[in-house]
Amino acid sequence: MPAVQETIEQVKEIDVDKYKYGFVTDIEMELAPKGLSEDIVRFISAKKEEPEWMLEWRLDAYRRWRTMEEPTWARVDYPKIDFEDLYYYAAPKSSPGPKSLDEVDPELLETYKKLGIPLNEQAVLAGVEGARVAVDAVFDSVSVVTTFKDELAKSGVIFCSISEAVREHPELVKKYLGSVVPSTDNFYATLNAAVFSDGSFVYIPKGVRCPMELSTYFRINEEKTGQFERTLIIAEEGSYVSYLEGCTAPMRDENQLHAAVVELVTLDDAEIKYSTVQNWYPGDAEGKGGIYNFVTKRGDCRGKNSKISWTQVETGSAITWKYPSCILRGENSRGEFYSIAISNGKQQVDSGTKMIHLGKNSSSRIISKGISAGRSQNTYRGLVSAHRKAAGARNFTQCDSLLIGDQCGAHTVPYIESKNSTAVFEHEATTSKISDDQMFYCQQRGMSDEEAIALIVNGFVRDVIQQLPMEFMAETQKLIGISLEGSVG
Amino acid sequence: MLEIKNLHANVDGNEILRGINLTIKPGEVHAIMGPNGSGKSTLSYVLAGKDDYEITEGEILFKGENLLEMSPDERAAAGVFLAFQYPIEIPGVATMTFLRTAMNAQRKARGEAELNTPDFMKIVKQKASELKVSPEMLKRPLNVGFSGGEKKRNEIMQMALLEPSLCVLDETDSGLDIDALRVVSDGVNALRSPERSMLVITHYQRLLDHIIPDVVHVMSAGKIVKSGGKELALELEENGYADYVNAA
Ligand SMILES: Nc1ncnc2c1ncn2[C@@H]1O[C@H](COP(=O)(O)OP(=O)(O)OP(=O)(O)O)[C@@H](O)[C@H]1O
Ligand SMILES: [Mg+2]
Repeated sequence: MPAVQETIEQVKEIDVDKYKYGFVTDIEMELAPKGLSEDIVRFISAKKEEPEWMLEWRLDAYRRWRTMEEPTWARVDYPKIDFEDLYYYAAPKSSPGPKSLDEVDPELLETYKKLGIPLNEQAVLAGVEGARVAVDAVFDSVSVVTTFKDELAKSGVIFCSISEAVREHPELVKKYLGSVVPSTDNFYATLNAAVFSDGSFVYIPKGVRCPMELSTYFRINEEKTGQFERTLIIAEEGSYVSYLEGCTAPMRDENQLHAAVVELVTLDDAEIKYSTVQNWYPGDAEGKGGIYNFVTKRGDCRGKNSKISWTQVETGSAITWKYPSCILRGENSRGEFYSIAISNGKQQVDSGTKMIHLGKNSSSRIISKGISAGRSQNTYRGLVSAHRKAAGARNFTQCDSLLIGDQCGAHTVPYIESKNSTAVFEHEATTSKISDDQMFYCQQRGMSDEEAIALIVNGFVRDVIQQLPMEFMAETQKLIGISLEGSVG
Repeated sequence: MLEIKNLHANVDGNEILRGINLTIKPGEVHAIMGPNGSGKSTLSYVLAGKDDYEITEGEILFKGENLLEMSPDERAAAGVFLAFQYPIEIPGVATMTFLRTAMNAQRKARGEAELNTPDFMKIVKQKASELKVSPEMLKRPLNVGFSGGEKKRNEIMQMALLEPSLCVLDETDSGLDIDALRVVSDGVNALRSPERSMLVITHYQRLLDHIIPDVVHVMSAGKIVKSGGKELALELEENGYADYVNAA
């Protein structure tokens, strides 16, 4: 049964006592009322038919969150968020669910088209045989389309919404949820733990190489809906998975909060490759209306020889606060972070990574390419640390910033902590500008300002682009050009 | 094709071009020679539209249109090509990618369809082999780490691909070994046609042995002080610029 249908059926089945929660709950209601309270947390949990332990986990997080303060250390500046003025639950609007993928709301498919979902993935959505990218689309808060489950199931891979995982695979969720990003981790992660709406769950069994790239497209659709995705990926011993996440959001006036949590776990000899292309609405020329993106992403290389690699292309959002990190616990484990962060207009980006070396001979590599244009501010903030026991730990960091125009800022804030004398950490950083000579040369060959900038910037980020899965490369190169439109002239 | 009338241009308040008059008809090849610092590269940049120059007087007509009103990319699409004296490096951008972007940008500006991959590959491979540019070099970032001669060959390959109607070659011969000089000259000669004009800036007669000009000009202190046939280059080779520099 398609997920929409499923969800609606489930929601209908819930026997909600309208007085118990202190507000009128209409069974058909798409939104929980504004604001956050224990009742809202219970409401979300009930809508999702969650077991008691899940509700308790949320409530714990909620109570903890009430005692926490928003962090202020990042180099970003925005008006104070009124957390009581947000909605914390929204379901998609389509009423009777489609019977098959062919019957998926054409508007939804249209949206995917606008999001630039590659043809092969649209083919998947359209149910064309032979197309091999599974899409678990998180449309607002509830998974709407889940495909290819059967084929994945054949290899024992579980790829479903986290709500479904809570119901169908409680032992796995209980074991791993919050084991990388504890519900007490930070203000936004704790908020997420209390109210997470939905997200993806992936489990790759021992020795399995996931037969296809797994892909999730996010999109924020409801007015004033905080989005709190929660993703959990577990790669058992000797397994491998590549996961793609891409997102965009439509024009709107009000700032939207997005506080996702992603947890990755790799056991012995396992590898997870996690790629993101983020192009949410960055706001208008004055920065009004863009998304606030406060994300906690962390991977735990729990097993020996395990590997986690993060590749991100961040072009959207008014504010990005994001540090995909690796805990290199296993002996000989490896963490990688490849990042392109583009800021234009009045965007503010504070992003980077943490490589926490705990295991012997663990190694990590960081390549960060920051591009600032317009009046934007772009900060790389990174931590590389070696624990006492991390003998032979190695890190190589390369941080390059490119400035376009003279009203933007690029900042590099690297922290290095080493408690083991055998650890070797290397750090290189450069800051450059696109030269007038380069621009003129390109223009002399016929390129417009914008074409020239797109080309030169794509050259600048080449080392990172090459880390992306094939199907993301061309799309990303285009996106880079689009993101920098209006940065000159 | 090209008509330059009483052109004066300043850089940072210094007058570099001081009244250039030059007319090039379709199919003609003109050579400009002249001492270092006389303004030859400046003229080429002004033709291509580099914006460091202030035009204080005069006009340039290209195919009857006011060139000075066009942006550099519009000029390129209209058929102006400059082979740079010092080609620019663009890190991370494969030469192939650069070529394709440039060709498609010009096609787009002229309202033509973009080239598809097989067609593009075919013509790039052909032009590259004519100019002895290896397929391996096409994959390398544009001009990064190229030797002086490789950069110049690359410029001419770009010219061959873009098929401009006015080719301005700024000291394309400097830095070329004897064989490369022949390869490049053959490449340039192959492009000679009744619809295409060339302005060849050089210090050496030997290039003009290969690319035989219709007219030779001597430039000195921002002016053309003497024009003549191909013999003029031979005479300069013999006697140097002394006579003309003093005259200026
Ligand atoms: N920004 C500037 N300010 C002042 N003078 C400048 C500036 N840029 C160029 N010039 C001067 O303009 C003059 C002409 O330079 P140009 O490069 O056109 O000479 P050229 O004839 O091409 O010389 P060469 O044969 O050495 O290539 C030179 O004297 C140069 O120093
Ligand atoms: Mg010169």
